[in-house]
Amino acid sequence: MSNDLPLSPEDVEEITSILSKSSYDVLDIETARFHLRVKRSGDGFTQEWSPIGGDPAKTVASAVEPEVAAEEDGLLVIKPPLPGTFYRAPQPGAPPFVKIGDKVTSDTVVAIIETMKLMNPVHAGVAGEIVEIIPENAEPIEATSILMKVKPE
Amino acid sequence: MARKNINTLFIANRGEIALRIIRTARRLGLKTVLGVSDADVNTRGAAEADVVVRLGPAPSSQSYLNIAKVVAAAKDVGADAVHPGYGFLSENINFARAVAEAGMVFVGPEPRALDAMGDKLKARAVAIEAGLPVVPGGEAETAEDAAKIAEKTGYPLLIKAVSGGGGRGMKRVDKAEELTSQIGLAMSEAEAAFGDPRIYVERFIASGRHVEVQVIGDGKRAIHLGTRDCSIQRRFQKLVEEAPAPNIPDDKHRAIEAAAVKIAEHLNYKGAGTVEFLVDAETFDFFFLEMNARIQVEHPVTEEITGVDIVEQQLLIATGAPLGYRQRDIEFLGAAIEVRINAEDPDADFRPSPGLVTKAEWPAGEGVRVDSHIRSGDSIPPTYDSLMGKLIVHGSTREEAVARTAAALKSLNVEGVKTTTPLHARIMDDLRFQKGGVDTRFFEGLKNG
Repeated sequence: MSNDLPLSPEDVEEITSILSKSSYDVLDIETARFHLRVKRSGDGFTQEWSPIGGDPAKTVASAVEPEVAAEEDGLLVIKPPLPGTFYRAPQPGAPPFVKIGDKVTSDTVVAIIETMKLMNPVHAGVAGEIVEIIPENAEPIEATSILMKVKPE
Repeated sequence: MARKNINTLFIANRGEIALRIIRTARRLGLKTVLGVSDADVNTRGAAEADVVVRLGPAPSSQSYLNIAKVVAAAKDVGADAVHPGYGFLSENINFARAVAEAGMVFVGPEPRALDAMGDKLKARAVAIEAGLPVVPGGEAETAEDAAKIAEKTGYPLLIKAVSGGGGRGMKRVDKAEELTSQIGLAMSEAEAAFGDPRIYVERFIASGRHVEVQVIGDGKRAIHLGTRDCSIQRRFQKLVEEAPAPNIPDDKHRAIEAAAVKIAEHLNYKGAGTVEFLVDAETFDFFFLEMNARIQVEHPVTEEITGVDIVEQQLLIATGAPLGYRQRDIEFLGAAIEVRINAEDPDADFRPSPGLVTKAEWPAGEGVRVDSHIRSGDSIPPTYDSLMGKLIVHGSTREEAVARTAAALKSLNVEGVKTTTPLHARIMDDLRFQKGGVDTRFFEGLKNG
């Protein structure tokens, strides 16, 4: 066990108390386990933790918003509203919402995505015939994953 | 009782509570082992634990909820004890038993207490046995039964499906004339929805507050650490919690605390637990709801006003030590508020917002505590719940705590995902909240809520 104890919230509070009496605005602390930056912000302070080797000032580009539908090989695709776990049926053992060959309209619920313990219905968003279902049931999917391909009417 | 030594503690949880447990365990000189899913290998908890063990793939059923895997992992690293945190396996009797059978200490109440509090009807029976007030009502098989119960409960009353939950199958009846037809309707709906026609009739409390009491017990003696008010909820999810519960007359406040100690002692309760009550916001009559046999998300507000480290108490009690506090040792200082910062979009019906947190600047300063596992550059996976951190603020008065929370929320800056921060700013700004003692219908009247 190494000796670099994790800083407690009381430690962070004490650091702000020291900083507030000083002329410094920013304090960086780095150990083998963490990087902490305490910084003045308005009348108070902020604490920012980052993984070792990470630069807290560096910001990473945000994830791209998922598209609802896009065209590919003349086929329309259905993408999830959110990343999560893909389910083809409302509950285990129940018949799937749709199968290959089914006709769907824009409002047809074709699957559910479980995200953060909430079940979110996936609407087809397009009209046509389901020609391919890509993820397996209960498979984790990204917001950019393609769930199904649809032949437009 | 034989005292057991704990040198190595296995933490069977993730997120902020895993980090919270590691912090106290390391201060006490314990070696900490964190079991992680594949999604959590690079988390702050994993960086701060002494040893990290992989449990399995991201889905909880293959990692955090897999009893065999968790017990084997803990056993393999030579853990003496397992802390289950909240959620996941924390109130699972089979898990508590499996940990004990593998020769380790389960940091939580005995299976007997988990069982007694495990289901609402059972818990209600235990509460009645212990002499606690419960919401007047009872199970009814026929309309005649229901009418008899209605004489005791008075009107308005609520009809609930015994097997129901989440508001489904619930009916409000305002007058005696409506009872028979509503009972019939409720029973056929309950049968259709849950395959179980049994219904339950209870008094409808129009303006109710959710007040709970933190208790700790060593199996013989129990004490309380005061009240918390968690009335600000949305779809039965708590969003803001505070300690102590504000604007309750002193005699009622003391009676609520005493009732919580009474049920804990009745159960010979061992560990930390929370006794939840429904409090009538007008009459302050109070009724036992349930007891949570684990540490709770909102435990820090109690720690802030009492100075007691509840995780430390759990660990000490788990070794078989008697309570180190008497009731009169517990002093209550000021007021504390906790707001849950969830990765959700409050402006889009609280839609989950998992993803990469490009920046996480949490507030800091006098009276400010942040319990969060999210650092700048961390990802919030879609697999688990949306809690990304808790802002806990202490003040010498409630007014000061509210003002400090409002100020701290202004400096909170999370980029990359949507959070409940703006909603909390509106709550702190709400005159009803500032006055204190709001009921569970708070959201109906919140500006831009």
